[in-house]
Amino acid sequence: MTHHRPFVDIRHAQKCYGELEVLKDISLQVEQKQIVAIIGPSGSGKSTLLRAINDLDPLTSGEVWLDGVQVNKLLPHTQYEKHINQIRQQIGMVFQHFNLFPHLTVRENITLAPKLLKGISDDEANVLAEQQLEHVGLIDRIDYHPSQLSGGQKQRVAIARALAMKPKLMLFDEATSALDPELVEEVNQVMKMLAEEAMTMIIVTHEMGFAESVCDRVLFMDGGVVVEEGAPEVIFRNPTQERTKNFLRKHLEGVK
Amino acid sequence: MDIDLILRVYPHFLKAAILTIELSVLTAILGLVCGSLGAAARLSRFQALHFLGAAYVSLFRGTPALIQLFLLYFGGPQIGIQLDAFEAGVIGLGVNIGAYMTETIRGAIISVHKGQTEAARTLGMSSWQAMRYVILPQAFRLMVRPLGVNINALIKGTALVAAISVVELTYTAQRYIGSTYKPFEMFLLAGALYMVIIYITGRGISWLDRKVRIQ
Ligand SMILES: Nc1ncnc2c1ncn2[C@@H]1O[C@H](COP(=O)(O)OP(=O)(O)OP(=O)(O)O)[C@@H](O)[C@H]1O
Ligand SMILES: [Mg+2]
Repeated sequence: MTHHRPFVDIRHAQKCYGELEVLKDISLQVEQKQIVAIIGPSGSGKSTLLRAINDLDPLTSGEVWLDGVQVNKLLPHTQYEKHINQIRQQIGMVFQHFNLFPHLTVRENITLAPKLLKGISDDEANVLAEQQLEHVGLIDRIDYHPSQLSGGQKQRVAIARALAMKPKLMLFDEATSALDPELVEEVNQVMKMLAEEAMTMIIVTHEMGFAESVCDRVLFMDGGVVVEEGAPEVIFRNPTQERTKNFLRKHLEGVK
Repeated sequence: MDIDLILRVYPHFLKAAILTIELSVLTAILGLVCGSLGAAARLSRFQALHFLGAAYVSLFRGTPALIQLFLLYFGGPQIGIQLDAFEAGVIGLGVNIGAYMTETIRGAIISVHKGQTEAARTLGMSSWQAMRYVILPQAFRLMVRPLGVNINALIKGTALVAAISVVELTYTAQRYIGSTYKPFEMFLLAGALYMVIIYITGRGISWLDRKVRIQ
């Protein structure tokens, strides 16, 4: 059997909050090394879809597969916990509000999970923290606390923390939306660097320029469905759907 | 005011104050144990434990501590629980304050931003690891002050055990009133000693609060 198996495979994802259907039968495949942007108006279900991928917001129905393994498997509680913790180690996630651990230093933020989950020694953990901070250009902040960093620096540390687990897939949920405009670029630079290193990424963003320059594919979501998807040139220059056109026009007006 | 009398009896009051302190310390320890268990139960994903925790809190906060104490000390022997007054005092007050501490500890834990748990779980930590390494260290800082309020209430609450004749401060004051007929002096002295204990405890709490905040 040579049937092709997508790296990330979301099949018929449905999510309901009571009566409210937030995701309506969404299917999405992402290949290894692909970079996919998800755009759409507020409340369209972008975050919910992204957070279904690591089962942070479990789906009501449908399946999520990563590299041939079903993420949202039905298992008894303890077995499920073991399974999902294993899966999550392979999926890095970056949040809008960073969610750094404020009681730990930058170094400890990065080393906590690898130490606990991979059983590496203190020395190995320190080397790892140094490497990751070197990578995002913050080695001189290694012994700072998160409260002593700017928003852009916090987000770069959050990315370094996720990368320290050596994930196969990175999820970004509006990583730059909470930043002052002048700090957006430094975070975008780090994400571009990851793109060049061929990391597989799914990026929820409001920054069309960034999506266009970095991503291979763009999904436009509205009202819990994928209205339109395609190459960035197509979605941004020649969208076919009226809703996409409206959204992009409104967005452009908002930016001006 | 009879200063001579105060100077004469105050060594006895000091001894009683020591007992009040012992009572307070043991009660606080028992309260913290009950409070931690109660909070764990309240936050448990097991429905039965959750219910048990909730029942504990509403039962012990919903009835007077004095009734609980009487029930334990006077009613206990009827169902085979034989305790001396001091033991009954510690257990009665400890379990009672534990109900308040349950809510304090639970409140501190749930007020840690949920993004913290999400970040930890996303990295692959188990719910216990997230609790132990991410949530509790932050919750601990938030609970020092409100636990201090619970402990303040507890110290004043130890006066209740006078009613089951534990020879602590309040009981001692009452006893000396019986022989001296000077309630003003006796209660003033007892009150002053309570104030000293509470003041010192308060300073200790503030110190701990500052310490956990700075690090
Ligand atoms: N826990 C929840 N309970 C009820 N409704 C929810 C919950 N979380 C999200 N929703 C609803 O689901 C819908 C989709 O939310 P989601 O956060 O995925 O949107 P989004 O596209 O990420 O929006 P934004 O751009 O504002 O982040 C919204 O209508 C939201 O109100
Ligand atoms: Mg969102």
